[in-house]
Amino acid sequence: MNAGDAPDIRALQADIVIVGGGGAGLRAAIAAAEANPQLDILLLSKVYPMRSHTVAAEGGCAGVIQLHDSLDAHFDDTVSGGDWLCDQDVVDYFVHHATEENLRLEHWGCPWSRKADGSINVRAFGGMKIERTWFAADKTGFHILHTLFQTSLKYPSIRRCDEYFCTDLLLEDGACAGVQAIDMRNGTHTLIAASAVILATGGAARVYRYNTNGGIVTGDGMALAYRQGVALRDMEFVQYHPTGLPGSGILITEAARGEGGVLTNSDGYRYLQDYGLGPETPLGEACNKYMELGPRDRLSQAFWHEAKAGRALATSRGEAVNLDLRHLGEARINERLPFIRDLARTYVNVDAVHEPIPVRPTAHYTMGGIQTDRHTATALPGLFAVGECASVGLHGANRLGSNSLAELSVFGRVAGEQAAARASQGPAVDPRRLLARAQDNAAGWESLREARGGEHLATIRDEMARAMEDGAGIFRLPGQMQQTCAKIAELKGRYRELGLVDRSRVFNTEWLNAIELGNLLDVAEAMAHAALARKESRGSHQRIEDFPERDDAQFLRHSLVYRAADTPRLDWQDVVITRSQPAERHYGAAGQQESKP
Amino acid sequence: MTETVTVRVQRYRPEEDQEPWAQSFEVPYSEDLSILDALNQIKDQQDPTLSHRWSCRMAICGSCGVMINGEPRLACKTFLRDYRGKDALEVRALDNFPIERDLVSDISGFIDHLETVQPWLIRSDEQPVSAGAYRQTPEQMQRYAAFSQCINCGLCYAACPQFGRDPAFLGPAALTLAQRYNLDSRDEGASQRMNWLNAEAGVWSCTFVGYCSQVCPKDVDPAAAINQGKVASDINYAVNLFNILRGKDDA
Repeated sequence: MNAGDAPDIRALQADIVIVGGGGAGLRAAIAAAEANPQLDILLLSKVYPMRSHTVAAEGGCAGVIQLHDSLDAHFDDTVSGGDWLCDQDVVDYFVHHATEENLRLEHWGCPWSRKADGSINVRAFGGMKIERTWFAADKTGFHILHTLFQTSLKYPSIRRCDEYFCTDLLLEDGACAGVQAIDMRNGTHTLIAASAVILATGGAARVYRYNTNGGIVTGDGMALAYRQGVALRDMEFVQYHPTGLPGSGILITEAARGEGGVLTNSDGYRYLQDYGLGPETPLGEACNKYMELGPRDRLSQAFWHEAKAGRALATSRGEAVNLDLRHLGEARINERLPFIRDLARTYVNVDAVHEPIPVRPTAHYTMGGIQTDRHTATALPGLFAVGECASVGLHGANRLGSNSLAELSVFGRVAGEQAAARASQGPAVDPRRLLARAQDNAAGWESLREARGGEHLATIRDEMARAMEDGAGIFRLPGQMQQTCAKIAELKGRYRELGLVDRSRVFNTEWLNAIELGNLLDVAEAMAHAALARKESRGSHQRIEDFPERDDAQFLRHSLVYRAADTPRLDWQDVVITRSQPAERHYGAAGQQESKP
Repeated sequence: MTETVTVRVQRYRPEEDQEPWAQSFEVPYSEDLSILDALNQIKDQQDPTLSHRWSCRMAICGSCGVMINGEPRLACKTFLRDYRGKDALEVRALDNFPIERDLVSDISGFIDHLETVQPWLIRSDEQPVSAGAYRQTPEQMQRYAAFSQCINCGLCYAACPQFGRDPAFLGPAALTLAQRYNLDSRDEGASQRMNWLNAEAGVWSCTFVGYCSQVCPKDVDPAAAINQGKVASDINYAVNLFNILRGKDDA
């Protein structure tokens, strides 16, 4: 193209476009292909599917399987774990289908860890009253993702666009009619008209400085939907995983505690007993919902208090506490936690068989996301969202570990089937009708590629990540929250003055990183404003100084953030309560007393 | 003064360069710094035009394979400390693949090979999910466990002289993936996979150099998988020959 010409656009058509090739996207693709083999399904991702961040999930995937367990128990743990902000009809659907989906993965070849007799084994996980976490050693997400990717190859109707970066949703007559993407190999702007679009782009924890997430986890789908007027829901709820490696933030699975690992402070003391999670359980005898098997929000908050009281360890990589696995012994560590042993050796030079692993809380998971109904449909007809990028209403104010991998399959399938039903009703619009808009969009991205302002990409990114940690971290303090909102607004202004150096069209990662940064800033804005608006403490959202209590009278509601010209617009949506009335969350001995008849 | 390390990075910008060239950068040394961290620092602070793939930074997503001082390695699992005091630290795109740009290789041929080998569970009697899980003891799982650990990073292809000579060779990871399913007690697809396992681009092309297993960052041991595939292929050949001699030509 010559300067001044409209950018060249390559136009494609499909029945369904799925953006994102992680667990949710792949499961949706398979479900759609099975629902109607005549449909042309296009799976588009900025990375080869097996690079998607599902790959890094370690500990496991929930689903009731033991005889003494029940769907009601899984429901209760999830709803109380989410501090009653879960939509209970969604939780019911989820617990009813999680086991079935885990079995389906087994039939597709997933190497779930087994008992000696060859039946499925399950392990304990935080906040779960009975062991119901299926696992594949400590690489559960890796095995699920590779199983789904390999199984997806069976279906000739699933085509892929690997290393295509989705930049825009395209609307026609008030419905989502396709997407637009950059072919990363050559920079070609590509529009794909489709009857249904599924966003399955994952989370956004890269808005924080210390996080467990891969570099690709930049909230792309959330920003795409937000820019089209779709609400982002419950964005203030961001999970800090209590055990990441100091410095890098690399994830050390909760299964380390499920298998019996304990947390100690600089005095060698199991401090969790001082935070309503005790009494102390005997070493090597993990007890469900006690101590180290409390929920993630409580454990991360306990670390914050310990560090403030000067009882964290000072390491060369920053403050930490000790995760001690030594009493498990080498054989069990090798069988159940081989990846953890490898990670600790490689990244902090610690052999978990002989020394405790230093850990600290790091940003991990966005409970909120694109608002959907329980069928994964967004308010925009033709647009569906699933997985971490979505808020289907499952996790409430705090997700329980191992519920999110199960969510990918349970709701990935729903999304695939819903999209297939819509696409079966009629073909996509003629791509030519979307061309003019696609050209406008492409011109905008081209001017970003040519950007010659004075602002530096990495500087804006780092300032954003620090501001989010300061004002939207484990505890949210009033002055800092305001400052963070102001800072994000300032950074959005400076982003418009960005200067880029790389003018190439071939695998131009500076350009793509700049688009990602725009996405991150939109998501950070939604998170910070939702946090400011929720004047209570619930789950992972804690305002210990100004609003330390949960306030059901005012805030037993989902927050909704809509994009607006200057500051975003906030609204609220009722939570679906069917059979579990809000109560106090209790763990440890207090929880035990409560559950007695 | 801060200690720095010189990193020579291969550059190739297809729109302006005739061929790859090397550019040197000074990176401040630290004990924890991985080669990936160094590349990211260079991109953030010195030259934003450097392109490389990465994501998880914990050796599980398989994105960041590169040649480091001539060896195929994951950039995120290789550290500056391992090269301290050495004369040079040189990072190039993976051998045996076309270069798209800088450190980004065109791995599409490798992905095609993975797709060729029917890497999914094949059953003659697919059970409904309501029938529950297939039974598989830990011992049965152990037979294929190592071969299921492949992260598709492509290091073994960069190490494989046969793939370098002939890109049609299915190569270590794809043949290992086939063997992963062939050895799975739940799978009944081995005879279907035998068609291309036996074919010219299959196991017999491997000249058993074994370098693939040495460079694997996940101890998958593709050389062992291919060797087992050769034995299976031999047995398959012998059984077919026996049947042909007996007049039962169903080969």
